[in-house]
Amino acid sequence: MSRARKLLVFGGISLAVFGMLYGLHYAVFVEHQTLDRMGGSLAEAFMGAAEGNVLEVDRAVDVYASTKYNYVRQVDVHSHWIGLAMLMIVLGVALDGVALAERLQVWMAVALLTGSLVFPLGVVLQTVRHGAVWASMLAILGSGLVTVSLAVLAWGFIRQRA
Amino acid sequence: MSTQVMPTQIAATFAPMSARRLLIFGGIALIAGGMLFGDIFAVFVLHQNGGQTGQTLLAATEAVRAGNSLAVKQIFEHLGGLLEDHGTKLDAHVHMTDAGYLAILLALLQPYVALPHRRKKLLAGWFVSGGLFLPVGIFLIHYVGLAYSPFASIGWASVLADTAGAVLIVVLIAEAWGLWRFLRDNSNASEPALPVDRTWERRTLMGGGVVLVLLGFLYGAWYAGFDLYRHEAREVGILKTMLDRATVAQGGTVMAVANYGSLAAEKAVKIAAHSHLIEFGLLAMLLSFVQPYVQLSDTWKRRWVIVLLTGSIVLPVFVLLELNLGLLAGGIADIGGLLVIVGLTGMLVGVLRYGGRLDAVSGVSQ
Repeated sequence: MSRARKLLVFGGISLAVFGMLYGLHYAVFVEHQTLDRMGGSLAEAFMGAAEGNVLEVDRAVDVYASTKYNYVRQVDVHSHWIGLAMLMIVLGVALDGVALAERLQVWMAVALLTGSLVFPLGVVLQTVRHGAVWASMLAILGSGLVTVSLAVLAWGFIRQRA
Repeated sequence: MSTQVMPTQIAATFAPMSARRLLIFGGIALIAGGMLFGDIFAVFVLHQNGGQTGQTLLAATEAVRAGNSLAVKQIFEHLGGLLEDHGTKLDAHVHMTDAGYLAILLALLQPYVALPHRRKKLLAGWFVSGGLFLPVGIFLIHYVGLAYSPFASIGWASVLADTAGAVLIVVLIAEAWGLWRFLRDNSNASEPALPVDRTWERRTLMGGGVVLVLLGFLYGAWYAGFDLYRHEAREVGILKTMLDRATVAQGGTVMAVANYGSLAAEKAVKIAAHSHLIEFGLLAMLLSFVQPYVQLSDTWKRRWVIVLLTGSIVLPVFVLLELNLGLLAGGIADIGGLLVIVGLTGMLVGVLRYGGRLDAVSGVSQ
């Protein structure tokens, strides 16, 4: 097993297990409560409107928006970690067919692993403080690393001969 | 007709009732089943559910205008049911196909899992069972609800889904442990590695898959950068407008509800295009490894590859075009999904033929 393959396969499996544990924890301890709060706040907004309570409407819509902001990102993080992990494992197994120097393969594997970890991490950190620029920058950096390394590996696959 | 030949080296990687064979059969079947369910969901549930949600939201604004907060509460309970119906079906589709992807991935890794063959087979059986029961549990959440449940907010169907999810995690941890032992002991592969070939089918699936994944990444980045925050702000704006209009009994609530529906549809199709591009790309890459086990003539193998890749690009592109072309594009997207299922099923038949012939030759079936 080459170093690049080890990095991709073991990094991918670790990330998949981590992503699943994160998803299981979220489903059991957080998701039901979050969905209750999201639906409840939307219902409160409408009930507040029915009672002519404008302040209650604004408060409830804001709670709904904030809860949904968190929910969308938490679910995205779970699926992106697992999806990227699967991609890493597949690329690890397929690495024999990549026409790239071994050193470049290792660098691409490191970039893909780092990006796959950092990109969803940046997204989940956006829920700690809404609109945090540093969290968005982390997500952009991670997704950039993933995209560039995948593009280089794609080039390696295209270069291979029959 | 190169596929009529059955080299012993390839045959050794596909032993009767081995973990790898179970994972490949189970994985392809789970993916095909998940996609078929997704297509049925798209044709028979998705649009109808969206229409009912819009009608319910409109009824809620009417109740607001009448100042009837009790009716609002009742309508929202109904709305919650509609959203749960939609969400659980979507989740069942996603989790079934993803479990299938993971099963094929595990099949690829079997040579490097340093565990006894019987244990590997047991783990493979658990994984395929977990991959089946997880989406079944998710699907049943809406129908079983909290009936006979001792928990405040978790029903028996959720318990089934969570247990199946936990089984998948346990199997993955055990497989990771086997991989770690392989690495630590620097041992030889416990079974022959997958045959390496450079056939047209394999290169096309691998190259096409990587391109699809890249396209999906780029589109996802575009969506996150230019649409996500705009959509979130628009949703809050529309909700406030809808409630303002309903409170002061002005006209325009119908328009606001329609805008809300359009926004929901726009978000759904953009996210679906992004995720389907990546998932189909990953599927194509995974299937490239299975090609040596597809016992069909070269012509038919190539046909299934072309059918699968065509469907993989048609579905996400036409899902996106639904915003402009409406149901016509939706219908073409569904046909794209069907093409993927047909291509996948064609390959599964080839793998089944391979397994059957192998067993007949080795005398296992007697």
